[in-house]
Amino acid sequence: MITAGVDIGSTSSKVVVLAEGEKILNKVIIPVGAGSSGPARAFEQSIREVNLSREDIKRVIATGYGRNTFTGADQQITEITCHARGVYELVPGVKTIIDIGGQDAKAIGIGKGGTVSNLIMNDKCAAGTGRFLEVMSRILEINIEDLADLAALAKNEISISNTCTVFAESEVISQLSTGTSREDVAAGIVQSVVGRVAGLVKRIGVQCEVVMTGGVCLNWMIIKVMEKELAVPVIASPMAQLTGALGAALLAFESAS
Amino acid sequence: MPEKLTSRNLLNQLQTRHYTNAYAAKIKGQLVGWATSIFPQEFCETMDLTVVYPENHAAAVAAKRGALPLLEQAESEGYSMDLCSYARINLAYMKSQAAEIPIPLPDFILCCNNICNTLIKWYENIAAELNIPMILIDVPYNHGYEPTPAAIDYIKSEFGECIRQLEKITGRPFNHEGFRKVMILSNENSRAWKRVLDLNQAVPAPLNGFELFNYMSQMVCARGRQETGELLKLLIEELEEKIKLGKSCYEDGEKCRVMWDGIACWPHIKHNFKAFAKNGINIVCSSYPEAWVLLYEPGNLDELAKVYSMIGNNTCMEYQADKREREVKNFKLDGILFHVNRSCKVMDFMQYEQQRLVAARTGVSIMNFDGDQADPRNFAAAQFETRLEALKEIVAHHKSAKKSKEVTNNDPA
Ligand code: SF4
Repeated sequence: MITAGVDIGSTSSKVVVLAEGEKILNKVIIPVGAGSSGPARAFEQSIREVNLSREDIKRVIATGYGRNTFTGADQQITEITCHARGVYELVPGVKTIIDIGGQDAKAIGIGKGGTVSNLIMNDKCAAGTGRFLEVMSRILEINIEDLADLAALAKNEISISNTCTVFAESEVISQLSTGTSREDVAAGIVQSVVGRVAGLVKRIGVQCEVVMTGGVCLNWMIIKVMEKELAVPVIASPMAQLTGALGAALLAFESAS
Repeated sequence: MPEKLTSRNLLNQLQTRHYTNAYAAKIKGQLVGWATSIFPQEFCETMDLTVVYPENHAAAVAAKRGALPLLEQAESEGYSMDLCSYARINLAYMKSQAAEIPIPLPDFILCCNNICNTLIKWYENIAAELNIPMILIDVPYNHGYEPTPAAIDYIKSEFGECIRQLEKITGRPFNHEGFRKVMILSNENSRAWKRVLDLNQAVPAPLNGFELFNYMSQMVCARGRQETGELLKLLIEELEEKIKLGKSCYEDGEKCRVMWDGIACWPHIKHNFKAFAKNGINIVCSSYPEAWVLLYEPGNLDELAKVYSMIGNNTCMEYQADKREREVKNFKLDGILFHVNRSCKVMDFMQYEQQRLVAARTGVSIMNFDGDQADPRNFAAAQFETRLEALKEIVAHHKSAKKSKEVTNNDPA
């Protein structure tokens, strides 16, 4: 049986196509998300590349912020449950998941069998989310993927006192204009996000294994600083931003079997 | 044949009458008061005074999507966005009186800070702007489980002062026999209101939480009145009938039972209702309508002081956690949805610790969402929907895990 998971985030669309709930047939990431043609294109590409048609896919589950607008799905499940399922498959000993998404950050406690036992999400604003990193990278004129390498070169990391993304933006601009190095600013940005998110994780209680998912877990500096902040090892999900789509495909297999 | 009067129709009639009567009284030259939502109404009811409740009015304005112009007006006059949105709406209304539902301006103010201290400055401001008298019942915060004897004595002394001030404002003596009667009636109504809330312990619950919020307005505005008793009697009959028939308030049945913690999100109430209904999640109880169950022995002023002192926001962590724990059990709750309300700081500050305590004691699933009781700008529909659906998924997992455990335990092999 073939199933698929489509994870539609605010900035990207991810698809995993799965055979018998075990073998990944294809995975696709397209850097446009909810409200665009991205989700449909990503899905279409993911099945075409492995010579399948929609009829061959027994069940499709959509997840992520755009889950309710994707018409090709049989069911919608939130990214919380899908990430939990995906991580549990990849790291069965997982007890705590950290997911920094485009619009929100979550700390998820995992109970027996990979179910969600506890969940805390960020309040009020974009501080501590992927959007914050994106805005800051733009000011530093770098790609978000290069933020970690830049931050690693810091000599005197600055502290960003504003949590509000808009205020932090002007704080960073004024730091740069008074001569603070881009490296020190980059390290400050990483610390600011980690500080906010670690607060969420501590609230649900840090339990190993701690796994970080989503695109942000590709930022090795964030993982390193998070480990320091939580004083435990933090594992980057082996499928990073595809973890939610994998979870959705697995849940599709389980509900169809 | 005339259509049968339903409690919903009667509620609408009573609420409309509440506002039109207030206006009529003002036009006739009678005194009109503005009171905080949990002021000991027994005193003004005894004096047969017309009183309207700005918090209730602000909620009604927000539910009719009329809040934004008033909020913007308040902000342009210099009130901070961080101020409670009820206060901003009302302070703007005081100046412009621009709202679909009008209320007359007050001749006196009745303020009791048993829910927060924002109220004192807000109402002092009105009294100063309109140059009218203000009666304040200052209620100390309960750091212990119950008010201390000193706090009770202090509140009672203020009751005495309140009577003196009311006599001065109206030029009429306070009728102590009438006071007793009002207390008896208020208790009857509170008991009936508690019965309404408790009937929702039935599975499936006969009433959805959004309806509870609507009926609640009658308890805010007229819990010392005869007609409120009639409304509640009718409502109880309807609910008992529904329970007998095993009828859920949702056609597809009730899949998940939750408590709504905090104030309603009035500007988005329709959206919220639809999102709940779509997921088969019912709000079977809430800390919000429960605040108007005020029971005491009529004539016993110590108890009157105590009951008005022990309003949710004014009680300690332990007391609040015990109450929530009881509710999780009595209402067979699957989850609690906490409204992290940008307006109501006093409530928010206690929520996180409450969540931790209640989850540890009961294992109930907990979820938060960000919103505001009356400022439509502080709410994101997509975030709300995701969190509500996540709560439903978590509850479903817990239920199926529990079931499979039961099956394993009962398996003779
Ligand atoms: S909503 Fe909160 S802050 Fe506003 S008046 Fe009520 S208790 Fe006070």
